[in-house]
Amino acid sequence: MPEYQNIFTQVQVQGTPEWGMDNENNMMAERAGNPGFSTLIGWIGNAQLGPIYLGWAGVVSLATGLIWFNIVGFNMLSQVGYSIPEFIRQLFWLALEPPSPEYGLRMPPLSDGGWFIIASFFLLVSVSAWWLRTYLLAEQHKMGKHVAWAFASAIWLFLVLGLFRPILMGSWSEAVPYGIFPHLDWTAAFSIRYGNLYYNPFHALSIVFLYGSVLLFAMHGATILAVTRFGGDRELEQIVDRGTASERAALFWRWTMGFNATMEGIHRWAWWFAVLTPITGGIGILLTGTVVDNWFLWAVEHNFAPDYTLPYGYEAYLPGGN
Amino acid sequence: MLPKWFDKWNADNPTNIYGPAILIGAIGAAVFVVALLVTWGQPFATTSLQTGPRGTGMSVPEFKSDLAAGDPTAAGYLARSGITEADTAAVSEAALANVPPALEGISPEAYAEMIVAMRSWTGIPDLMEDPENYQTQVAYRMVAMVQSLNDEWGGHTNVSGEAGVNCYTCHRGQAVPNNIWFRIAPVNENTAGWASVQNRVTPQSQYTSLPSDALESYLLDTQSIKVHDLDSRVDTQPGDPTWQNAERTFSLMNYFANSLGVNCVFCHNTRAFYDPAQVTPQWSTASLGIIMVQDLNTLHLVPLAEEGILPENRLGPVYADAPKAACATCHKGYQKPLGGMDMVSDWPELALVEPDFTAATN
Repeated sequence: MPEYQNIFTQVQVQGTPEWGMDNENNMMAERAGNPGFSTLIGWIGNAQLGPIYLGWAGVVSLATGLIWFNIVGFNMLSQVGYSIPEFIRQLFWLALEPPSPEYGLRMPPLSDGGWFIIASFFLLVSVSAWWLRTYLLAEQHKMGKHVAWAFASAIWLFLVLGLFRPILMGSWSEAVPYGIFPHLDWTAAFSIRYGNLYYNPFHALSIVFLYGSVLLFAMHGATILAVTRFGGDRELEQIVDRGTASERAALFWRWTMGFNATMEGIHRWAWWFAVLTPITGGIGILLTGTVVDNWFLWAVEHNFAPDYTLPYGYEAYLPGGN
Repeated sequence: MLPKWFDKWNADNPTNIYGPAILIGAIGAAVFVVALLVTWGQPFATTSLQTGPRGTGMSVPEFKSDLAAGDPTAAGYLARSGITEADTAAVSEAALANVPPALEGISPEAYAEMIVAMRSWTGIPDLMEDPENYQTQVAYRMVAMVQSLNDEWGGHTNVSGEAGVNCYTCHRGQAVPNNIWFRIAPVNENTAGWASVQNRVTPQSQYTSLPSDALESYLLDTQSIKVHDLDSRVDTQPGDPTWQNAERTFSLMNYFANSLGVNCVFCHNTRAFYDPAQVTPQWSTASLGIIMVQDLNTLHLVPLAEEGILPENRLGPVYADAPKAACATCHKGYQKPLGGMDMVSDWPELALVEPDFTAATN
């Protein structure tokens, strides 16, 4: 085996697939699928595909998720009169929309948001079950629950959009439609309706963490790739038996900006930035329409948006316009 | 052909020249293109119309070539000065005998010129010939509509200098003007309410997934386009707008922008769309335009179907409703229809709801 491997010097070993160890949780019995190897997959990750452990939570999640997917898809198909060409042509335009506003929190007719409520229920079960799966699987591996809590932060935003805020507003019609362009229409209309979401400080915070995540990911990924030639990509080995890769990476950043994270700390930076993106975003959405009705006016009140003091408008233009 | 020493030297010193040649060639070509762009400017020159205070980013960019070209249909306009005596002499007695009620009192000479012009503007060769013909019947109504546009809606039609409108502003030489619209909502099958009026590729939604019932809601039904609360804190009352209202208004605003070839900041400071202290002068013109179009549709165009004047093949595909007007019917994608050409000074007959022909006898 060569000492130094990366995507350019890769050696892919293919033999008997690795099934993993059994343990007291009897996970071996539920590990399913026929494992195999793919050279192509090996270029972007581990060459072995499978086995997979679904567990009861995974099965429930996939089943309910499939039901949601089919309800949305068949509603779209029904909207175009079951015409497959139209379905393909208008796919990005079509949507399963929430009920009309007049139904409030009551169950609307199936044709006016009823299917949306049913589909949303199944999606809620599906996402919850998948979250439980990430938790249970981590527990069975005797891991920390970091993946589950990170996923929970995304679920917080999902619940704010589709459950908490509609209930606080007293209408399921406030939920986000299931459709490619239509959910973007919702986003634009939501911002305009509440006086420009860019003046919502939690929206601003969410953007900070989102762009911050991107920056951190780029810095971390670049740093580790830059020291793979010294074994830096085997991060955990570097933690227990530090070689010069970590030292070089650390010194690079210390001498670049005075401060450097640690091999462990950089992952806490990344985790918190990623997790805080939907947490702050969800707070911003939850406050919109329930507490604050016009973010621009709110921002002016809080000296957050400037007011023009000089004459504005008519005087500044030649008569007749254009 | 080449000297022997040259071939020998090359044979003794084999070098791959293609790699460096391609690299240097590519870099050289890139430098050349950049130098051209920097010195000559980009080939599709643009200009921008500043619509707000410096620093707000309020500007409408346009291609200079588009501005220079103007509206191609302007050249096809027949002015009064372009009408010869031979033209007016060709108008039949029958046509002259039936003066539309809206033009009562007009002199026969002026009316003959009017008929020649109208036939050119609408591309209908026998217009006004037979008073029973539906096109002539419609023309009678349309004369009254044009008079109303010039007289009662001068705040919109004459907002930037005397321009006004006549038949050609909409018709552009065609019997049925382009950019008319019909009611089509609901557009989705097996749905009701909010789910039924949107998410389809239609001209009425400007090919977006926004509602397809915006034109009929605001330009026929006179619903309010307002979507904001003017309180920063929640003070929601029953009937206050929802995000669904915002989507419908957004659909209408897309239509506005495409009809006039402009963007949002032609009228609004987008940081606060609704704020009357931050809109541009054009916002008032457009707002007046909304009421004007409601007036056109309800008083002049819808009755054409309700009173059975239009034949079936001129009615809408879904509801057999009358063809209706909106911004694009006149503007055709330009800020000013026909570049702001004066359409009415020539035709005082079309300028007043109750024209006084004692002064305008040519």
